[in-house]
Amino acid sequence: MLLSECQPGQGGVVTRTAGDGPIGQRLLEMGLIEGARIQVIRVAPLGDPIEIKVGGYALSLRRSEAAGVEIQP
Amino acid sequence: MSSTTQARVRRVALIGNPNTGKTTLFNALTGLSQRVGNYPGVTVEKKVGRMSEGVEVLDLPGTYSLAAHSPDEMVAVRVLLGEQDGEPRPDLVVVIVDASNLERNLYLVTQVMEVGRPVVVALNMTDMAAKAGMSVDPAGLSRSLGIPVVPLVAARGEGIEDLRAAIQSHLDAAPAQPAWTFPEPFAREVEGLERELGQERCMALRALVDAGGTVELDLVASRGEKARQALSEARERLRVSGKVPAAYEAQARYGWIAQAVAPHVSRRAVGASLTDRLDRVLTHRLAGSLVFLALMTAVFMLIFEWAGPVMDWIDGGFGTLGEAVSGAFADTRWAGGALESLLVDGIVAGVGGVLIFLPQIVFLFLFIALLEDCGYMARAAFLMDRVLRFCGLSGHSFIPLMSSFACAIPGVMSARTISNSRDRLVTILVAPLMSCSARIPVYALMAVAFVPDLRVGGVLSLQGLVFTGMYFLGIVTAIGAAFLFKHTILKGPTPPFVMELPPYQRPRLRNIGLRVWDAVRAFVIRAGTIILAISVVIWALSYYPRGEDLREQFQAEREALEARELSEDDRTAELEALDRRERGALARQSWFGRIGHALEPAFKPLGWDWRIGMAALASFPAREVIVATLGIIYDVGDDVDVDDEESRKPLIERMQASEWPDGKRVFNLPVALSIMVFFALCCQCGATVATIKRETNSWKWAGFTFFYMTALAYLASFVTYQVGRLWL
Ligand SMILES: Nc1nc2c(ncn2[C@@H]2O[C@H](COP(=O)(O)OP(=O)(O)OP(=O)(O)O)[C@@H](O)[C@H]2O)c(=O)[nH]1
Ligand SMILES: [Mg+2]
Repeated sequence: MLLSECQPGQGGVVTRTAGDGPIGQRLLEMGLIEGARIQVIRVAPLGDPIEIKVGGYALSLRRSEAAGVEIQP
Repeated sequence: MSSTTQARVRRVALIGNPNTGKTTLFNALTGLSQRVGNYPGVTVEKKVGRMSEGVEVLDLPGTYSLAAHSPDEMVAVRVLLGEQDGEPRPDLVVVIVDASNLERNLYLVTQVMEVGRPVVVALNMTDMAAKAGMSVDPAGLSRSLGIPVVPLVAARGEGIEDLRAAIQSHLDAAPAQPAWTFPEPFAREVEGLERELGQERCMALRALVDAGGTVELDLVASRGEKARQALSEARERLRVSGKVPAAYEAQARYGWIAQAVAPHVSRRAVGASLTDRLDRVLTHRLAGSLVFLALMTAVFMLIFEWAGPVMDWIDGGFGTLGEAVSGAFADTRWAGGALESLLVDGIVAGVGGVLIFLPQIVFLFLFIALLEDCGYMARAAFLMDRVLRFCGLSGHSFIPLMSSFACAIPGVMSARTISNSRDRLVTILVAPLMSCSARIPVYALMAVAFVPDLRVGGVLSLQGLVFTGMYFLGIVTAIGAAFLFKHTILKGPTPPFVMELPPYQRPRLRNIGLRVWDAVRAFVIRAGTIILAISVVIWALSYYPRGEDLREQFQAEREALEARELSEDDRTAELEALDRRERGALARQSWFGRIGHALEPAFKPLGWDWRIGMAALASFPAREVIVATLGIIYDVGDDVDVDDEESRKPLIERMQASEWPDGKRVFNLPVALSIMVFFALCCQCGATVATIKRETNSWKWAGFTFFYMTALAYLASFVTYQVGRLWL
């Protein structure tokens, strides 16, 4: 499933990060690579962006950006 | 001096991910005091300091990778690669690594190790790592990486001496040697480009991976289209293999890091951290937004609550000072002369009136520094992203806008962290709309003098609400203006928002103290330079020409009055009326008065008389000047009878008493609101305009900001007065 579809508490292992454009590249560099374990922590009050835990730190990103990341729950 | 001390200065660059303590470390190494804060993007430009004899340290903006996207990251990368200011690559690179977030921080370390310089790892925040249940073995890590690793707690000064020693002893060490390899077919393409373009391996790699990045652009500029073609062909060959170049790079580095780090890190489970618990409330759907709004309102209300007592000081304090100065002049031959007026009416009433607001400014900066240092700023950006997205921006614009509450200059500069140039520009254009600390004196003066002293619902003061309302007016206007710009002249897609949320920290006294101290110093210096200078000019313009015949005429009238048969009371009353007329006549025929009267038709629609209009005009270089100018204009007329107690009435009372020629009061609530709105929206700060020019590298945008804000201010103030006149 896509990271953008996850609810708080859900997560899994990254199976693919599109990596297109500067934002895709930034997500890869921030550790959203194949095999990384991630979890959605919370959603901002207005429904977007989301906060995820990856490699032990907290990262905030929009759902639209998270749509480029596929995970295996 | 021996020849060795004249040798070339050695340069040591401090590089690292954002918010890892680079500036804290820089300050510890050099004894300087650059600004520090707990959010990514505090440092946005290169800073240089001296570490020891012949060794210079460079503090750089944070970056996650050598693939730089925003202007601040580009500075860091260009310095490292030797492309900035014509300087060669630094002699040694210290990479600051956050021990509590080791893997991601080592990503940059692996990139820096390929640049061909000796590298030292400063393993910072080991205290945070311990709290999170992690412990890192520096010696083991050093063996795996093949470079020195020095553990530190920079904020407490622990390990600084070890790092200093490591830097000194590795200045001439061999370049770091990468131990990792890249997989095929990526490695083959990098080598191919290395040969074909005659580049070092690290540059070929960057050119290949960062499509459209600076390394590629520089290469194309120097090698021509051939380079561009070679790069796009290589990328295309990789793409058919199923992955983008960036994925090859990231996977290879993270893969190597994982196996290199694992043996040297031990983790033990700890309960929910303080950050988790705080965030449950502070970023909660409902509670988070409420806390945010309440926090902002509380601060502005509190600043205002403090204004009251301080305003009483103005009344007492500098009236007394003026009297003391006058007292010193009494019975000398300068009594009642120009020098006395300059000191009493020009400097004490002008600069003094502005300086009085120092306590509120300290409080505002204290609050902003607390938010910055505890880590809340990044959360607020997270909360506000959706709102900013409405106007076509992202949460990244939040921090520049929020910093502009303190002062637009650092606000405009911190827009460097925004990667897209259009979004950065929009942020810069609207940042000066946020109410900065220099507006406090204007808002406070007007609110206290002309807003009824009522309590809404028995608790909230109406004056405080109006004061706070001005801040919200600035915010709402900024959002509207950003929306407009982003949908017209600077049209473009909504920018992405990817941001790290740092753990909360207990604010550090030193960081807070420095921030507040810097603000106090800047404010006092401004008062002592630009505001002093403008005060003196304004005093001169409103004192000269003295019109001797006018004074003689009044003197004659006064003598005639003395000669008339009148009761003592009537005589006193008549004399006072005469004095008032003389003051008015002198003020009107001064340069300031003449210009003001000529321009009055332009001010009238806003409800302003010539004095307010001129005070607003004089405030274009620096908006606090209005308080100084009002103090001066309402003082100069009073140079007769300075020893008379009555003539030293507080500024507020004299403003309240001032009249149009037809006897109507000049100031009332609509007029005061119209002044406040004007000052909330107008671009009255020379320094901000100059900063926008520097940051956008164009007078066009600086001029645009100035004109659109000024026009908007005039319009809004017109509407405020006209509507207010009907309703209030
Ligand atoms: N707990 C802890 N906090 C630290 C340490 N070193 C720095 N800090 C804090 O970390 C935060 C960031 O420090 P800075 O020195 O501003 O970091 P920076 O790397 O210059 O940040 P940018 O300029 O934004 O890239 C501040 O709140 C510091 O007080 C440390 O060793 N331990
Ligand atoms: Mg810094």
